[in-house]
Amino acid sequence: MKFGVVVFPGSNCDFDSYQAIKVIGAGEVVYLWHAETSLKGVDVVVLPGGFSYGDYLRSGAIARFSPIMKSVISFAKKGGIVIGICNGFQILLETGLLPGAMRKNLGMRFVCKDVYLRVENSDSRFTRKCPRDKTLKIPIAHAEGNYFADENTLKELTETNRIVFRYSDKDGNITDSANPNGAQDNIAGIINDNGNVLGMMPHPERASEMILGSEDGKFIFESIIGEMNK
Amino acid sequence: MRKFTAKIEVKFKAGVLDPQGETIKHALLNLNYSDIESVKTGKLFWVELESESIASARKTVKELSDRLLANPVIEDFEVEIV
Repeated sequence: MKFGVVVFPGSNCDFDSYQAIKVIGAGEVVYLWHAETSLKGVDVVVLPGGFSYGDYLRSGAIARFSPIMKSVISFAKKGGIVIGICNGFQILLETGLLPGAMRKNLGMRFVCKDVYLRVENSDSRFTRKCPRDKTLKIPIAHAEGNYFADENTLKELTETNRIVFRYSDKDGNITDSANPNGAQDNIAGIINDNGNVLGMMPHPERASEMILGSEDGKFIFESIIGEMNK
Repeated sequence: MRKFTAKIEVKFKAGVLDPQGETIKHALLNLNYSDIESVKTGKLFWVELESESIASARKTVKELSDRLLANPVIEDFEVEIV
């Protein structure tokens, strides 16, 4: 199978994503340059973290209109697997492929640290290989991860099991002190209604080798691979 | 075609938390401006464009504001042709 990692001017987790996918042994990985329109026949699109277009205007707002995103949007609408990590999640929100928006972190700081995630939906295409009995330790690194959606959207996300990850303590308790950015309902990651598009603020690609302190991020890539090989 | 300048004000919708505004408010209270009740941040854009009429200029600017300058999920905008 073939992964494509999109590269925008200002992306800075594109190499990390490439490396993580290589280490896991998922198969081929290619870069997809923002100014191009071809997805080069990939099976999975990764929108990596970083500061696309300098985060000008709003994070993700300019990237959303880049040539490659036209192809990514139609790929996603046809059921193609897309994972947006951090800035990639912000871009997915701007495209409308996922609902809601990001506000600045409640504490007004850029927060870079390991957090724990409780897997709320272990039956998604992105989480089926996640362990059922433990939280995931994965780092965050962002200034705008304070997720917001209106009341109806939140209700729909909850009722349809589309909140995939919540910030928790190590034991899986959802608390205010485990919430690093003020996100509504401790939301760290959501999927679209078809279940083929995931947006998450934490960085699984930075937690895919023990030398980096955690391998919990691998479960997400392995889940995707498991689905594609079905 | 005539030349117009549009001023677009983008601000958070009522009820959307504005962490920057809150932080500035606290700083003002620390400076002993004890009468401050709230501070909201926003963005101002000036867009110069050529258009047939003031109505068509307004229409274009409203459209581009909705598509790009503001995020309708959390922000409202107002257009003024100056």
